[in-house]
Amino acid sequence: MASTDVRNPQYYHRVVDCQWACPAHTNVPGYLRLIAQGRYDDSYLLNRESNIFPGILGRVCDRPCEPACRRGRVEEKPVAICRMKRVAADNRGDITDRLPKGGAKNGKRVALVGAGPASLAVANDLLPLGYDVTIFEKNATPGGLMRINIPSFRLPAQVLDEECDYVIRMGATMRYGTTVDSLKGLLAEGYDAVFVGTGAPKGKELDLPGRWDAKENVHIGIEWLANVHFGHVERIGQRVLIIGVGNTAMDCCRTAKRVGATDVKVMARRGRKHFKASPWELEDAEEEQVAIVENHAPKRFVLEQGKLVGMEFEQLAWSTDATGKQVSTVTGTVVVPCDDVILAIGQDNAFPWIERDIGLEFDPKWDMPIVDKETHQSTRPGVFFGGDAAWGPENIIWAVAHGHAAAISIHHHCQGIPVTERPPVGMTLVSAKMGMQSWAYDNDYDTTKRAKMPHEDLAKRFTDLNVEVELGYTPAQAALEVARCLNCDIQTHFDAPLCIECDACVDVCPTSCLTITTNGDSETSLRTRLSAPALNTKQAIFLSDALPQTKRIMVKDEDVCLHCGLCAERCPTAAWDMRTFDLKQAYAGMVTR
Amino acid sequence: MTSIAKPPVKHPTARTNGRGLTLRDYEGAMSTLCAGCGHDSVTAALVQAAWELEIEPHRAAKMSGIGCSSKTTAYFMKQSHGFNSVHGRMPSVTSGAAAANKGLTYIGISGDGDSLSIGLGQLSHAIRRNVNMLYVIENNGVYGLTKGQFSASADIGSTSKKGEANEQAPIDPVLLALTLGCTFVARSFSGDKQQLVPILKAAIAHKGLALVDVISPCVSFNDHEGSTKSYAYTREHEVEAVHADFIPLKREITVPETGEEVRVVEMHDGARVRLRSTATDYDPTNRESAYAHVRACQARHEIATGLLFVDENGRDMHDYLKTVPTPLVDLPFEALCPGKDALGKLMDRYR
Repeated sequence: MASTDVRNPQYYHRVVDCQWACPAHTNVPGYLRLIAQGRYDDSYLLNRESNIFPGILGRVCDRPCEPACRRGRVEEKPVAICRMKRVAADNRGDITDRLPKGGAKNGKRVALVGAGPASLAVANDLLPLGYDVTIFEKNATPGGLMRINIPSFRLPAQVLDEECDYVIRMGATMRYGTTVDSLKGLLAEGYDAVFVGTGAPKGKELDLPGRWDAKENVHIGIEWLANVHFGHVERIGQRVLIIGVGNTAMDCCRTAKRVGATDVKVMARRGRKHFKASPWELEDAEEEQVAIVENHAPKRFVLEQGKLVGMEFEQLAWSTDATGKQVSTVTGTVVVPCDDVILAIGQDNAFPWIERDIGLEFDPKWDMPIVDKETHQSTRPGVFFGGDAAWGPENIIWAVAHGHAAAISIHHHCQGIPVTERPPVGMTLVSAKMGMQSWAYDNDYDTTKRAKMPHEDLAKRFTDLNVEVELGYTPAQAALEVARCLNCDIQTHFDAPLCIECDACVDVCPTSCLTITTNGDSETSLRTRLSAPALNTKQAIFLSDALPQTKRIMVKDEDVCLHCGLCAERCPTAAWDMRTFDLKQAYAGMVTR
Repeated sequence: MTSIAKPPVKHPTARTNGRGLTLRDYEGAMSTLCAGCGHDSVTAALVQAAWELEIEPHRAAKMSGIGCSSKTTAYFMKQSHGFNSVHGRMPSVTSGAAAANKGLTYIGISGDGDSLSIGLGQLSHAIRRNVNMLYVIENNGVYGLTKGQFSASADIGSTSKKGEANEQAPIDPVLLALTLGCTFVARSFSGDKQQLVPILKAAIAHKGLALVDVISPCVSFNDHEGSTKSYAYTREHEVEAVHADFIPLKREITVPETGEEVRVVEMHDGARVRLRSTATDYDPTNRESAYAHVRACQARHEIATGLLFVDENGRDMHDYLKTVPTPLVDLPFEALCPGKDALGKLMDRYR
């Protein structure tokens, strides 16, 4: 088999599981080390390079990084990566003079529709390049779903204001309270490019018997949350049922508890392991005495004298059929009494304002615009989509990643560079060796367990809708938590010609990652021949060039490498070295003509 | 030296042996030997062998003398007994320990300096006594701890790091052992665990003194071009006489058939070693031909490795001394020391 090409940034990037899993590829180990050094400002700004909302996402991100964290494969729980962003944000000083500034105007005008995370990310990247950016927002404040759909007990308005302002203050023209009714009309205003970041604003309907007779007491989740946010809704009945068990359902049930409900049940069709809600959001809801009811499928709304009094459910039992598919059988029905029902079963996109005759093609099946996955461009050149508006509901961090990618395309489009020409992704790889057994990182393994997030008292958090529940890690907790990071970006770099095959690295590796063996034809068989069989095929194995003395090869299973550096410390010839990997991502403005 | 202790994290799929222990449970303290030292590979091979043999750590004793090699005992089986003796006296201390308690597994680790210079007489008599022990010589041809002077095992013409050639004839522990009647003689290489681990397992299972001479390069003082005990030289000049597969009694292990002639030697505990000759007509049960083979290799500047000679019918120290089956340490005091009257009666027999 051919040796691994570690000059391709993709290989080492993949080793940094958290950074690989993050849609915006945030340099997680990098910002954690800065927190360890107490350099909160630097940590915040490093974070902000790829993720423009460290304070916001340090509270409400869906954390794709954490299930990927190597620590979770080594012991039970991953590093609390997400909330460390908040530690940097909470403890930072005044960093405003270190933020990017709006550049000298280049004469190009760009319109962004919707002032949510995707549009703000586009603005963040284009303003420093001198673009004249106008953002259209139907509400009076920026933030989009982050503001109106995420309750303020999870995300305080002040945090949101600050981070939106960092972008807007670079010189974006804000058109608040302005609904865009016609894309054709907008295009007629002569913008060089238009970016659609309008989200997926339509909550899904559940058209069961009784639905339209009980209009008053059946609510669509995201609309209801927005109404609570705007103060249109201040109360709800005492007994509330939430249909659906995603993260919106979690926000609904917890908000209901704060506006008068005392008995809240989240009704789920399936068993717990199939829930869409993140485990920590479920835990937080249950802490607030919300009941989660499994295996109940809604059947009809029950009314008495025109008023909603309950909802009938089919009780389901799930089993696996011959093809391995989960199938349900109805074991009975039950009426659960309630005063209000909130539907939180998903969101749809809606583009009534986009004309279908302007050269912007829609997928006939889904009625969604056809958008290129890499360039974010629609079939009409100069019109780009990102965030939930592009391919349906995703997490906020995806919207940020979309914004960065779309900004590259918009820049190219405006500068006459093909949008398909993407700037190269690069890396730097610098030895972390500082001296004999001295490294530019703390390589000792810390056995500390994951820190528990301190929460506001149950009694106190219901006194006001805006009392933030998570109090954030204390600096002392944070210092312990960052020590749990395995520094996966400090790569084990192998230089085959230096190896004398003394086996020192193989012998010392605590997790049996290394093997010197004969090369073979297939990775599958090679994986079985290692010191510890490499069973996790999602993780790469590294194959060196032929070793000088015996022509065998060094193989490293990346799966549970602790990046402790013992291989490099025990290597007599420095064939192994620990090297700091820094991914150089592509951003708008890197290609110029 | 390393800056940190080995992280207490095991591979998620780490297997346990019949005693419920993982490989890592057979490790010891973190090595303070030079990075790349062959002795650390010997340590790893011992860890592997002990884990595979399912030795109970508390039923083993690690014995050593002085030198880099003798630090090895600190680096494996941290829950075993141990005795770090005076320079060269490991064989005598082990003889005493084995006399008192024949129930333990004795693992003696020594070096070419410890065993072939100051301790040569000790080694010779331990072989003659046939103490039931594993006797590993971590052989690197230099006194590493005192910065690389030639040891008694340095070959004629082998140069020091500064380029001076050795002119005195070497003592070959394998030839020495063969002439002294040793019942298990093997040579291996720290950089070849596939060969070393089965040899160590067979040596531990052997009844009597099993001498394993391991070429274990000194990366700091004897891994250069003029050395005959470097990683590169050993790899180029190694000639494996016999390949051994060790088959313990407890577990059935299938060993790949090679079509070559296989000799099976049953160990005293019922385990077996299957020996495959890789040199033509090599007979590992014939002391004379073993001696001749090693000498012939030496003349060709080759290093004979593998299990060179084994005799499972030899008598060990306790057989010669006609001791009772119970380890002396377990005898009640009255039986062990029957008193003045019994001594008097015994003395009368010689009057």
